[in-house]
Amino acid sequence: MIMKFLHDAGQYFILLSKVFARPEKFSIYYRETIREVEKLGINSFGIVVIISFFVGAVITIQTNYNIENPLLPRYLVGVTVRDSLLLEFSSTMVALILAGKVGSSIASEIGTMRVSEQIDALEIMGVNSASYLILPKIIAAVFFFPILSLLSMFIGIFGGYLICLLTEILPPSDYIYGIQYVFYPHYISYAITKVVFYAFIIVTISAYQGYFAQGGSLEVGRSSTKAVVYSSILVLMCNLILTKLILS
Amino acid sequence: MIEARNISKKYGDNLVLDNVSVSFEQGKTNLVIGQSGSGKTVLLKSIVGLIEIDEGEIWFDGRLYNTLSFIEKKEIRKEIGMLFQGAALFDSLTVEENVMFPLNMFTTMGVKEKLERVNFCLERVNIIYANRLYPSELSGGMKKRVAIARAIALNPKYLFCDEPNSGLDPQTSIVIDALIKKITEEFKITTIVNTHDMNSVLEIGDKVVFIHEGRKMWEGNKNQIMHTNCEELNDFVFATNLAKQLRKK
Repeated sequence: MIMKFLHDAGQYFILLSKVFARPEKFSIYYRETIREVEKLGINSFGIVVIISFFVGAVITIQTNYNIENPLLPRYLVGVTVRDSLLLEFSSTMVALILAGKVGSSIASEIGTMRVSEQIDALEIMGVNSASYLILPKIIAAVFFFPILSLLSMFIGIFGGYLICLLTEILPPSDYIYGIQYVFYPHYISYAITKVVFYAFIIVTISAYQGYFAQGGSLEVGRSSTKAVVYSSILVLMCNLILTKLILS
Repeated sequence: MIEARNISKKYGDNLVLDNVSVSFEQGKTNLVIGQSGSGKTVLLKSIVGLIEIDEGEIWFDGRLYNTLSFIEKKEIRKEIGMLFQGAALFDSLTVEENVMFPLNMFTTMGVKEKLERVNFCLERVNIIYANRLYPSELSGGMKKRVAIARAIALNPKYLFCDEPNSGLDPQTSIVIDALIKKITEEFKITTIVNTHDMNSVLEIGDKVVFIHEGRKMWEGNKNQIMHTNCEELNDFVFATNLAKQLRKK
């Protein structure tokens, strides 16, 4: 098992060295990056907006329920919702959602190309297949996932506000006051830093699983599952390390 | 000319290629035949460098290929066109974009020039009015022809075809075979075709190499293949009862 881990780790870093080799033609890589921004980023808008909205609303209701105490000021609900979203949900939880959506898509796309010999066709043409297929995805994700994270923060907070407005569990003015109370802009940079690392992990781990897929459709399916599982675990490990490093 | 000298390849304890030496001549359709699992695909992929060989040398027109680095190999790979068993067209690109792909990657041609070249290659393989179609909208035979068009887009010096007739009906197979032969002769390409289709052997086999259990057992041409004493080759060529009866007569 240790040997297998060492073999996989070695193969992963060799793949990365191929990915970051000099591109054959910058204009083609630029075009591919724009395509990937659409595929990995813009197409994930919907899921991020929907999940963030409902989670923001639910956190508001749960927090309100848990701190119903005359000694605690009501605006604490807003503070808690804001900090939960900024510190954890909009970075780590959104990354886990994207690991499922984007990770499986990358692994199955590259895995299918591997088993249908499309990657061999690229290699035969003299194209660095690893760089051509993976580098645009990394660039697109590293630049666009932070935008999705910021969007998630706004939508989550808006979800909380809307639930206050519609259900009257909390005066919206208290919620707004709480959202603004003792706000540290550092929380946003902390979240964005984490998302950049997560984006790299999700894309490279998923691409690795797809790139070395062997066999047929069954193996492509397996590589897709492995991509989601491994990238989720690594995202959580990375979360622990970065939180310790940045917030301690 | 392409030469493989004493090449061997092992997977674990399984010797897939055993000291194979073979040469393929320019302007001729060179066929590698053998049963499924005999090692012919490994031989083809070893020659083009998709599989690293354990021993031996591979030469492309006097240039030692297998010891070159990835960057150095790229220069020779630009001279190689390859037709894969499943065509290996890029699913996300149209027919036109597929054929244009190598031109976009490795030339400085303008858009108009590239389009002219794409249309020339597609016409060459008798594909017209399909530029905007995606591979999923094409039949098996059309996919193979588009793959040939993509393979010849950069005027290759070497053309490799891995089972070009697999999954095709006999009539389409003949069309593909004729196309490969015509292109080989027209552009003076060194062509290597992997096949186990005896019709192809008899139609286009300028040179035929028979691989059995990872070893080269026989080489000759399509006229000699019917009159050989090589037992394994005879078992392969006259595999059906009908063929065996015809041979006895």
